[in-house]
Amino acid sequence: MHSYQITKEQKTFTYIGLSGLGILLLTALGVPLSASLALGLGLGLISLGVLGYTYSSYASLGAGIKNTGLAYRDLTSRGVIAWVSGVLLTSFYILLYFYSEYLEGLIRIFDGFSYFLSGRPATQWFVYGVFYTLAIILFGIKFLVKYRHVRYQRLRTLSIIFFQTAFAFLIPELMARLNGDLPYYDLKSVWPLNYYLFDGYSLDGFLNSGSLGLGLLIFGVVSIVIVTPILTYNYGKRWYCSWVCGCGGLAETAGDPFRQLSDKSLRTWKLERWMIHTVLVWVFLSTVAVVHSYLLEQPDRYWISPNLFLSSIAFLVLSTLGLIFWKRRNWLAKDAKTAAIVVGVIIIGLLGFHFFSGNTEVFFIPSAQLRSTYGFFIGAIFSGVIGTGFYPILGNRVWCRFGCPMAAILGIQQKLFSKFQISTNGGQCISCGNCSTYCEMGIDVRAYAQKSEPIKRASCVGCGICSAVCPRGVLRLES
Amino acid sequence: MKKRLVIIGNGVAGSTLALKLEQSERFDITLISDESPYFFSRTALMYVYMGHMKLKETEPYPRAAWDRSPISRIRGKVHSVDLNQRILQVDSHGEKVDLGYDTLVVAAGSKPAFYGWPGEHIDGVLGLYHLKDLEQLEKWAPNAKVCPSAVIIGGGLIGIELAEMLLSRGIQTTLIIRESHFWTSQLPTSDAELVESQIAKHHLNLIKEDELSEIIADTNGRVARITTKSGRHIDCNLVGITTGVAPNIDFLQDSGLELGKGILVNSVLQTTDPNVYAIGDCAELIEPSQGRSAIEAVWYTGRLMAETLANTLAGIPTHYNPGVWFNSAKFFDLEYQTYGSVLPETKRPSSERHFHWRSENEEKAITLAYHRENKSLLGVNSFGIRLSHTVFDRWIQEQRQIDWVIEHLKEAHFDPEFSKTHYTQISDAFVSNH
Repeated sequence: MHSYQITKEQKTFTYIGLSGLGILLLTALGVPLSASLALGLGLGLISLGVLGYTYSSYASLGAGIKNTGLAYRDLTSRGVIAWVSGVLLTSFYILLYFYSEYLEGLIRIFDGFSYFLSGRPATQWFVYGVFYTLAIILFGIKFLVKYRHVRYQRLRTLSIIFFQTAFAFLIPELMARLNGDLPYYDLKSVWPLNYYLFDGYSLDGFLNSGSLGLGLLIFGVVSIVIVTPILTYNYGKRWYCSWVCGCGGLAETAGDPFRQLSDKSLRTWKLERWMIHTVLVWVFLSTVAVVHSYLLEQPDRYWISPNLFLSSIAFLVLSTLGLIFWKRRNWLAKDAKTAAIVVGVIIIGLLGFHFFSGNTEVFFIPSAQLRSTYGFFIGAIFSGVIGTGFYPILGNRVWCRFGCPMAAILGIQQKLFSKFQISTNGGQCISCGNCSTYCEMGIDVRAYAQKSEPIKRASCVGCGICSAVCPRGVLRLES
Repeated sequence: MKKRLVIIGNGVAGSTLALKLEQSERFDITLISDESPYFFSRTALMYVYMGHMKLKETEPYPRAAWDRSPISRIRGKVHSVDLNQRILQVDSHGEKVDLGYDTLVVAAGSKPAFYGWPGEHIDGVLGLYHLKDLEQLEKWAPNAKVCPSAVIIGGGLIGIELAEMLLSRGIQTTLIIRESHFWTSQLPTSDAELVESQIAKHHLNLIKEDELSEIIADTNGRVARITTKSGRHIDCNLVGITTGVAPNIDFLQDSGLELGKGILVNSVLQTTDPNVYAIGDCAELIEPSQGRSAIEAVWYTGRLMAETLANTLAGIPTHYNPGVWFNSAKFFDLEYQTYGSVLPETKRPSSERHFHWRSENEEKAITLAYHRENKSLLGVNSFGIRLSHTVFDRWIQEQRQIDWVIEHLKEAHFDPEFSKTHYTQISDAFVSNH
């Protein structure tokens, strides 16, 4: 037997961390513990566990790549522990999304903390937010120590920790204290990732909250229409996916030990392209339908009429597709072209049909149903249960790769209109495969490197790990 | 009528050639290997042992690509070649098979060079080249309990890789080298010192200026200790022989092909038999180009020779031209790249001058070699700094002046974004030295 099992110290710290989780579990099971004690001890032991594990794993070793033993360890090579962790994580998500009443005891111990921040009692989403942010901070520190010799990785991880803590967690809580009617708004979460931004209740919330609310709503629209394309043109989608985004943030930090599990086969690549773009079309249609029925319900409230709205959408779709086919026809694979045309024709067709038929449901299916199915399958099941619960089985970027509509939009921009690429260094590649193995997006980086070709792929989130693990200095992210 | 093209060896040379000609109308291709069913990356064997990757992940092309390819693949060992009848005798799955060819390409690679030491065949003595060597290593050195300590003989790139592998499993390792500094057949002392500081940092025990004299077995026939020429006795459970590799051409000894150390080939990689070519580690160029060796057992020359020969066989006769020498390696955590020629003291003519810069923490360094009189750039070694291959290749060919190179070093920058750069320090050091 090889000797890559975890050491005694690593084991001790793992148990310390697990005992913290255990205490929190007891409160969920209704064991009456003092709230502040359980919270402090639970989170404290978890933090001690992760930081101690980090120290005993990396701090004593010199700076450099630390992947020794990953291919043998049970947790990181789909062994029994990996499956058990996957099942436990998945169960947690199912409780969180659908049976939060079973977490009542756990939620109540967070009340004090929640009152302190926002002046409201804790909800299951507040508890989830605390766990999520803590995971990004603690495993972010682990990542920082592990990759401390690469400055790109240090800056990127600090950025992830900052955006999660400030933008996703603290600012929305504090904003709620200032203005209780304002819907939860994580400023860095851009539509379509933030698919509920244009829901009726959310629009009402913003529009009824005076100029701050209106300002935020305008910011939301400007983010996706103007800010996003400019940043992606200059830096590639990484500015969002691996520097800012919370889903990406968790994947990069807590998910780091699982990046080698992402499937690299051509078949999976094909599946990925179909899935992620289907989700994009779905969220697009569902948002259009939701806004349309919102406008329809209150015909005289806004200067924009339902039909004017739909015409602008049709114009937007046509001009985007037109631009792509005009400028980048030759960059698209045959199936991508076919799919783009088919989708364009269907959307325009549906809109056109709607105009002439006068049906109130713009895509025949009631908009509420379109939206709620999306929320259930994509928002909850895909991004939460599968996306995070399956880290130890499918790799850490399952959601980003197969499901995230934001990644899909940014990917199209990156592939067609961006200065970003990964350059390869002449003939230095030795085809060892470290780059492909550790690509969390399942890109076969080596296939390009061994031909000395630059890598320009829609899915690349620019995490920079391929460049870090390359033993011969072959890969460089550039923009 | 398609011609029968048979390739012996599915390493980087053989596999690259086969894939390049895969769609060709001219050939039915057969690829023979006794090592593995699919082409894997030999350079990544260390990462498999260390658990960075599974063997399958080192395979440069997906298995599906091979399975749907028209290339026939045979598992088997070639015993002999009959040049007159154009027939190979292959030992495949326990059967002797005759395999006819119209064009034969030998890409049989290398084997570890053993120099006839007493005890070199006992259990627990191995080289690190073949997939079987990795199996042997897993057998004799699975962990520090079975194998508390190991000795490695010879300190080239493979020697230090093997040391890193063994140390990763907690095995106490001693590296014995003949020279007074690490790898001074290639590195100037200034550069060797840097590698030696890595060696010390990783607790590899380095013994200089000594040589193996005998390997001694215990009563079970397993390695127990070694003795050296200077009279050292070192107890150990494993001996790694990494004194270099030699072309794997034993099966051709009686074939009639003209052999030197390797298979002699002309500039289109053709042997003395016009139907037979040789590429990769096993080929020996009769007239190597300026600044290059007759046999170069490195990854990229195998690939380049295969690409060159693919052109020739496709009907565009192409001369092998590897261009300016380059290579790279990683010594523990220290990355090394080299372009052009930076000669060690023992081989250096008086016309070659060096400029060496090193960071204070000794984790980064650069050595530039240039001509004493005309100041033109000859080559560069860099440690912990990534340099652009294309840029340095061009500068060396253009014989750029050393002052100009120092001033423009930034343009060859290939480190990741936001990395700390040292160009001002390097240029200041150069100015104050000259």
